[in-house]
Amino acid sequence: MDFLNSIILLTNFIIVPGITYGSQLALGAIGVTLIYGVLRFANFAYGDLMAFGTMIVILVTWFLQSKGITFGLLPTALLALPVGILLTIAVSLFFDKTVFEYYRNKKSDPVTFIVVSLGIMFVLNAVVRIIIGPNDINFMDGHKFIMKAREFKQMTGLNEGLALKSTQVITLITTIITCSILFYFLNKTKTGKSMRAYSNNEDLALLSGIDPKKIVLLTWIIVSILATVAGTLYGLDKSFKPFTYFNNLLPIFAATIVGGIGNPLGAFYGGFLIAFSEIGLTYAYKKFFKYLMPEGLEPSTLIQFISTDYKFAISFAILIVVLIFRPNGIFKGKVI
Amino acid sequence: MIKNSDFKICFSVMTVLTILVGLFQSWGIALSMLNLCLISAVMAMGVNIQWGFAGLINFGVMGFLAIGGLATILVSVPPVPEAWSAGGLGILISGLFLVAVVFSVLIINKKIPNHKYKNYFIFFIIILSIPLLKFIAGPSISKIESINAATSGFLGGANLPIIFSWFVGAILCALVAFVVGKVCLGLRSDYLAISTLLVSGIIITIVKHEEWLSRGVKNVIGLKRPVPYEVDLQNSEWFIKLVEFFNSSKLSNILDPDEKISLLNQLVITSSGVFVKLCFSLIFLVVVITILYFSEKALNSPWGRMMRAIRDNEEAAKAMGKNVVKQHLFIFMLGSAIIGFAGAMLVTYDGLFTPSSYQPLRYTFLIWVMVLLGGTGNNYGAILGGFVVWFIWIQSAPFALLVINIFTNHLDETNYIKEHLLNSVPYFRYLMMGLGLLLVMRYRPKGLLPEKIIKN
Repeated sequence: MDFLNSIILLTNFIIVPGITYGSQLALGAIGVTLIYGVLRFANFAYGDLMAFGTMIVILVTWFLQSKGITFGLLPTALLALPVGILLTIAVSLFFDKTVFEYYRNKKSDPVTFIVVSLGIMFVLNAVVRIIIGPNDINFMDGHKFIMKAREFKQMTGLNEGLALKSTQVITLITTIITCSILFYFLNKTKTGKSMRAYSNNEDLALLSGIDPKKIVLLTWIIVSILATVAGTLYGLDKSFKPFTYFNNLLPIFAATIVGGIGNPLGAFYGGFLIAFSEIGLTYAYKKFFKYLMPEGLEPSTLIQFISTDYKFAISFAILIVVLIFRPNGIFKGKVI
Repeated sequence: MIKNSDFKICFSVMTVLTILVGLFQSWGIALSMLNLCLISAVMAMGVNIQWGFAGLINFGVMGFLAIGGLATILVSVPPVPEAWSAGGLGILISGLFLVAVVFSVLIINKKIPNHKYKNYFIFFIIILSIPLLKFIAGPSISKIESINAATSGFLGGANLPIIFSWFVGAILCALVAFVVGKVCLGLRSDYLAISTLLVSGIIITIVKHEEWLSRGVKNVIGLKRPVPYEVDLQNSEWFIKLVEFFNSSKLSNILDPDEKISLLNQLVITSSGVFVKLCFSLIFLVVVITILYFSEKALNSPWGRMMRAIRDNEEAAKAMGKNVVKQHLFIFMLGSAIIGFAGAMLVTYDGLFTPSSYQPLRYTFLIWVMVLLGGTGNNYGAILGGFVVWFIWIQSAPFALLVINIFTNHLDETNYIKEHLLNSVPYFRYLMMGLGLLLVMRYRPKGLLPEKIIKN
């Protein structure tokens, strides 16, 4: 019984939140890594692109709600998602046409790209704050819980409860769907293969008749879809605040580099690695050991590696460790 | 130096902007803008030394500014004796422990020849040291934080004049930059950008949450000043005389003595604020000119030429026998020290230390916009960038207000769109920054005052 209790405790406080947060990071990290692999720069405007997409989704959600349209048990935001994706694609392509294309044709160095992406970051930051304001917005509606901790306790008779929010399940399912489609596309279809070829060797790809314009267009479309989906899932699960989205860029970068920058599968794993270490290392295991240890041997301290304040710092530290030992990431990077 | 055209542009822009604001808004606002411009100029020069001279991309500006700010507390705040007696020993021991860990890692790294498991061993030491550190320092920390939690709850500082803290901040930053540089400088440009950004995130987290050190989010207010306080000025004989002297024509027009005294009082109050800011401006100006002088000297010395050579072609510089790694580390420390100096200046000027206000957008990327807009590799450019960008940053809200009012003039006061736009006026500054950066990068990629290569 104690063993079961301890397992449920870990599931409730580490595994379920870890999977949710990991999925959100993974989706974001795949976007960053695709931009890096194909367009060859680290896009600092990505966090704000996520915020922009989520903002559109929120606005459409409000519009739908005012018309009395909801999605039943599911959040209305899922209905609004396609509109958000379309507008985010439009914005990405607009910035690509007006800004990035010029530097791409000039073959500027990566630092120039980083700097102009900073400019776009400022602009998007302003646009989001001007349109929707800097405040916290909760746009989750529909059914909140699939299973409440109390219900679980009554059902199983255990001491520990297992709460399952519907956003957590939605996040997981959406991530699975999105990632399977994406990896199928990249690995099995001809266009996906040409994208990988372009990322691997630009000149050779050109020689084989791959149209770089098409590849760039495709990349921005995929990236915008990923950004909007990741942003909306994060907003549904926690809440929408432009500043948090900017801050999330940092763990996303960490996940990207840990997984090997330019490597989507690595970014996927990197997202989960970062999420689980953030949550796992800041969790206090006192209660967990209380269940497992025989009586009288219970730990007196919290058994916490580092306090929760340092949650973000952990992902940064992991990144730095990875950069020292394996600068190319845990999985070999730079090839899609 | 005076013959330099860049210097003239810089100086005239600086003067014109200040006078314009002084005439149209008020002299108090003009001087506080000037002061922040001067501080920004120091920050921009720090970044410019790293990026312009050596091509090192440092997105960790925010972290170094925070360390500089922390230095003001460690130096100027009076110590809290109860806290020292309660937990001082524990903190000292854990500090020694930390130093021991750092040194053992450095020694292992240097002395033991490259072995397959060397890195893993170092990693193991660092990981093990974190819970140990927590175990050693934990009890003392909770003791310190529980003493007068509402008013102090930290160790305090050394109770020295705050001006020392500027130098202490610079030294602390150089030390941190040494460690950061050892770890990160070998990385490629974009990796370096990301990792320094993340390191600055770690630094901010530490400053924010180690309350025994910095009071964390509870902030430290009422710091010392290197200049007199307004209240003291208002009560001092010579200052009132001075105000009387400057406004003698205005005062002599009024015949009623009571009215005269009340006007004088008012004048003394407003001019005391201006006087304090003027004192700050003078000190900051001295700092800016000193740093400018030395970095111009350095840029035009053999060392500066070597740095540019390393920046422009690392391989060639290496082939000529220059120690690129060592020089990169040195210039990274130097630039960070200047940024830390500016961070201490900023906190001194504000008179308070608020760790939660350090955000990358304002304290890292804005400084970068200053450097890129002003001119990479040119000290005058950095100063000009500091001025222009800070001016736009401050003035874009009133400007946006004006534009919105013109365009929505025909709309009703309670119109939803108008109200919404008026509420979001502060965010137009981000828009201006972004557009400014994009335009400059497109049409003047070397900045407003490009680097000048002197050919002998």
